[in-house]
Amino acid sequence: MSSEAYYVPSQSRWPILASIALFLLAYGAGSMINGLSSEESGSGGMILLAGAVLMALILIGWFGNVINESMSGLYSEQMDRSFRWGMSWFIFSEVMFFAAFFGTLFYVRTLAVPWLGGEGEKGVSNMLWEGFQAQWPLMTTPDMEQFPGPQQVIDPWHLPLLNTVLLVASSFTVTVAHKALKNNSRNNIVLWLAVTVMLAGAFLFFQAAEYIEAYEELGLTLHAGIYGATFFVLTGFHGLHVTLGTFMLLVIWLRVLRGHFEPENHFGFEAVAWYWHFVDVVWIGLFLFVYIL
Amino acid sequence: MTTLKHSVEAEHHHGPAKGLSRWFYTTNHKDIGSMYLWFSFAMFLTGGCMALMIRAELFQPGLQLIQPDFFNQMTTMHGLIMVFGAVMPAFVGLANWMIPMMIGAPDMALPRMNNWSFWILPFAFAMMLSTLFMAGGAPNFGWTFYAPLSTTYAPPSVTFFIFAVHMMGISSIMGAINIIATILNLRAPGMTMMKLPLFVWTWLITAFLLIAVMPVLAGVVTMMLMDIHFGTSFFNAAGGGDPVLFQHVFWFFGHPEVYIMILPAFGIVSEIIPTFARKRLFGYASMVYATASIAFLSFIVWAHHMFTVGMPLVGEVFFMFSTMLIAVPTGVKVFNWVATMFRGSMTFETPMLFALAFVVLFTIGGFSGLMLAIAPADFQYHDTYFVVAHFHYVLVPGAVFSIMAGAYYWLPKWTGNMYSEALGKWHFWLSFVGVNITFFPMHFIGLAGMPRRIPDYALQFADFNAIASVGAFIFGFSQLLFLYIVIRCIRGGDKATDEVWEDPEGLEWTVASPAPYHTFSEPPLVK
Ligand code: HEM
Ligand SMILES: [Cu+2]
Repeated sequence: MSSEAYYVPSQSRWPILASIALFLLAYGAGSMINGLSSEESGSGGMILLAGAVLMALILIGWFGNVINESMSGLYSEQMDRSFRWGMSWFIFSEVMFFAAFFGTLFYVRTLAVPWLGGEGEKGVSNMLWEGFQAQWPLMTTPDMEQFPGPQQVIDPWHLPLLNTVLLVASSFTVTVAHKALKNNSRNNIVLWLAVTVMLAGAFLFFQAAEYIEAYEELGLTLHAGIYGATFFVLTGFHGLHVTLGTFMLLVIWLRVLRGHFEPENHFGFEAVAWYWHFVDVVWIGLFLFVYIL
Repeated sequence: MTTLKHSVEAEHHHGPAKGLSRWFYTTNHKDIGSMYLWFSFAMFLTGGCMALMIRAELFQPGLQLIQPDFFNQMTTMHGLIMVFGAVMPAFVGLANWMIPMMIGAPDMALPRMNNWSFWILPFAFAMMLSTLFMAGGAPNFGWTFYAPLSTTYAPPSVTFFIFAVHMMGISSIMGAINIIATILNLRAPGMTMMKLPLFVWTWLITAFLLIAVMPVLAGVVTMMLMDIHFGTSFFNAAGGGDPVLFQHVFWFFGHPEVYIMILPAFGIVSEIIPTFARKRLFGYASMVYATASIAFLSFIVWAHHMFTVGMPLVGEVFFMFSTMLIAVPTGVKVFNWVATMFRGSMTFETPMLFALAFVVLFTIGGFSGLMLAIAPADFQYHDTYFVVAHFHYVLVPGAVFSIMAGAYYWLPKWTGNMYSEALGKWHFWLSFVGVNITFFPMHFIGLAGMPRRIPDYALQFADFNAIASVGAFIFGFSQLLFLYIVIRCIRGGDKATDEVWEDPEGLEWTVASPAPYHTFSEPPLVK
């Protein structure tokens, strides 16, 4: 091999198609959401759907391309490192996305709500809603008509605890699958990845059950003031990431079934495993700061 | 392995594809760099037209040309387009063109994703600009989109604004990941970190800042979206939230963002000054460390934009001193540029003129920044034209001049032709004079108390406003001259040598002019 010549792919249609798909997604979502409040039914939903389908097809095609190139040995070790850097920094960007919401949670809990309740250096803001009392979880919001606070919040020691166990276990099983891959025991990879996917599915199931309980029994909704807002935005985005991660796990499971990945060379697998550990770590943060404390 | 060799060779021996498909499907860093640069220039003119509308209205007190609400839409769109459409893409374009050539790489690390990063932008800005034609008008809450102006009181088009910001964020993050991966992984053998050209170093750190803060911007617009459409109360005290929270999250993104727009500029200037002073850059290592410390500090100064919102005293003091600290590494940089020129045998070609103007005028902006950093003084200056003067000094004769300087510096390498030095000098002097006439008087009217973002003002501010408006038109129209110079240079002119300038440093000067479509398919050895 001519001393590690870097593989520069030739022209590709995926990027421009993906830009169009992203535009349809964004424009469709925007129109649909605006349609929600203006009561006139528009074409937003259809555009959004078209964008989603197109994007899915593109991702399949694009990743398919990359997989083919990789399987036909076009990628050098250097290329592999580029992918690793790429994935690591992508996960870092995800960390910062969650950091924004965690930061929000800390700010309202330790500063904004106490000030509003008359405590601390900026307690003057209590004059806005005299008699408002700071508490966390915030059950009684300043304006209970506009934002009726929750009657109750989720008990961390039931579903959330179960979900913690499920997710931590899935982090282990994915590692076991990885070990199996390194030892080239294909049956074990298939088995442990399947277990991981099932654990993930169970997590999502219970998370959905928890949301239903929150909405139907506890009065804990998006409208329930700042507690509901932070609760749902944090757990909701985490849930979306778990969903995405589950799809990724499914994809590598199918790929293993097709005989992809070698003991020494399986970056796609590792990338998914990294991502999966990342959603696990975020969950630990959630369990601590959203549910328990 | 023969297939591998074959396809790599096939790839490297043909030139660009024909027709439009070249641009749509390309994976070539030079093509993508050019697209970024042209896109940026188009946005620069678009945002510039909006600025001229603003200045035309402000030429005299009273309402003459446009309605107040439209005026607000213009200030908002002008700011957003200049920041996200003109300055940032221009730097990414320069990075695309130059970084692979400077480090001896065949291309960017992830070439297809590179093209995706670019092509998202035209769609994002099409969506953003389309809000001008929507019912209720375009966003009118300022480029900083403070809640509740951008939530409770926003026009319906805000939803599209939010999704446009998401698209730009995706584009920037992917672009930044690509740049980091390229720099960390594709350096030619022997190109150690402490041999990297400063433009590469500053971009490495900028890319880190981008990956760290663009997701936070995505987070804040997401919370806006939820507040507007899904009944949450992040920025509404009635539900226990806080409008000031918006500002904290926004500026946690926003302050590093302003450094995203200036660090690559530092890099460009650090390339140009040594070439035309014919001396090595003074204090290379300290430049690297200064850049890194600025990046670090930029994460802990954000609330200097919020001195007047009612923060606890410790907050005011902390953010005041941390902000002032930034002046130290910034001072190191300015010192090093001056020391590089000291006793150099200087010549004043157009890139050097822009770089010199950068050093002087950026420093003025830095000083007004220091004034603003003094919390008790900022109570007076905040939200006045003094702030407008400050950030335009750092952004126009700062960031924008550095981009112009870089464009002139590397144009011969890109096109193989020299640009017209005489016209370049005209462009420089018109821009230099125009910029100062526009923005210097704003210091005075700001200190005298004229608030920013208003279409009408009290009579005592009339003279300076008239002067500023004249300057703005001079500056604006002289950019058409730039366009003409660039097009002329692409079409012909004196042939450039490979070195272009006298003995410049850097790998980019070792390849032919114009740079071949694929450079360094075999990595060069750096000693
Ligand atoms: C020594 C360095 C600097 C210091 C101490 C500094 C300080 C400040 C302060 C305190 C403010 C807030 C003023 C107010 O709203 O009352 C401000 C505003 C601003 N600065 Fe700087 N700054 C510095 C450099 C820069 C640079 C390098 C850039 C960009 C390239 C920049 C861009 C801005 C912008 C865009 C705003 C206004 C944002 C807005 O409210 O619209 N600054 N600066
Ligand atoms: Cu700042």
